[in-house]
Amino acid sequence: MNTAFRAAVVTFPGSNCDRDMAVAIEAISGAAPLRVWHGDAELPERLDLIALPGGFSYGDYLRSGAMAARSPIMRAVVAAAARGVAVLGVCNGFQVLTEAGLLPGALMRNAGIRFVCREVTLTVENTASPFTAGYCAGQRITIPVAHHDGNYFADEATLDALEGEGRVAFRYAEPVNGSSRSIAGVLNEAGNVLGMMPHPERAIEPAHGGSDGRALFSSITGFESVIGALVSA
Amino acid sequence: MKVRVAVSLKPGVLDPQGRAIHHSLEGLGFAGVRDVRAGRLIELDVADDTSDAALDEMCRKLLANLVIENYRIERVPA
Repeated sequence: MNTAFRAAVVTFPGSNCDRDMAVAIEAISGAAPLRVWHGDAELPERLDLIALPGGFSYGDYLRSGAMAARSPIMRAVVAAAARGVAVLGVCNGFQVLTEAGLLPGALMRNAGIRFVCREVTLTVENTASPFTAGYCAGQRITIPVAHHDGNYFADEATLDALEGEGRVAFRYAEPVNGSSRSIAGVLNEAGNVLGMMPHPERAIEPAHGGSDGRALFSSITGFESVIGALVSA
Repeated sequence: MKVRVAVSLKPGVLDPQGRAIHHSLEGLGFAGVRDVRAGRLIELDVADDTSDAALDEMCRKLLANLVIENYRIERVPA
């Protein structure tokens, strides 16, 4: 186990997957992430990973993720991302990353209007990123989603660029929310920022109903605990 | 000074809420509704000397998401 791995999980008012995210990171890396509050102006030093969790930050006021994206801690997150620190945004965290301009596009109301809460099948589109290196190209994985605003939108030129540059990390293998080109997760240009609507932290051990999210955390932390490897085998 | 900012989805961006409202209007028997787009109205009370540029910046930085939305600023006469 690697106890030197330094991750931070950011909590906004209304985040509700921050604990799950912290548990997942600790389960795989062996090190408990530092916890950071939205009002903090600075991040801890020497971070390997910053995680923006799911939830309903600021009650989804104005637009999902809009208020969180302008909170004090996000200035530090934007600066850290520019230095190459890995940033993972899941669900509301993905919405925050688009609102903050760290990822292109926007997450709109689901095309079917309804909140969607179920397991979905994804295909892994990019296995070169630090988040997805533990998967096989084209691998089908099962990960839960739980969102109202997961309908990924970007203009055609942006979508073409994302696809051309291999920045689509995950795609839905079934209709879920009306996302453009079935996009479930995208990377930034440098590949160190990933936003995705599905919740990998809710699929890290068999008791969750599946452990397909585990490889994402082992990829980004660079570690897989022995016990974890046995459990997921 | 009162200012109204009307935020609306860009033309061509699918508006599921507008579509659902449209469907409900038809269900209530209103004929001839060709399209419905749902937006947001934000009312500000700002200092009288607030410039157009400052209002524009407020819209660009926060009130509207320019990836999917347009905005219109209207100064409301006192």
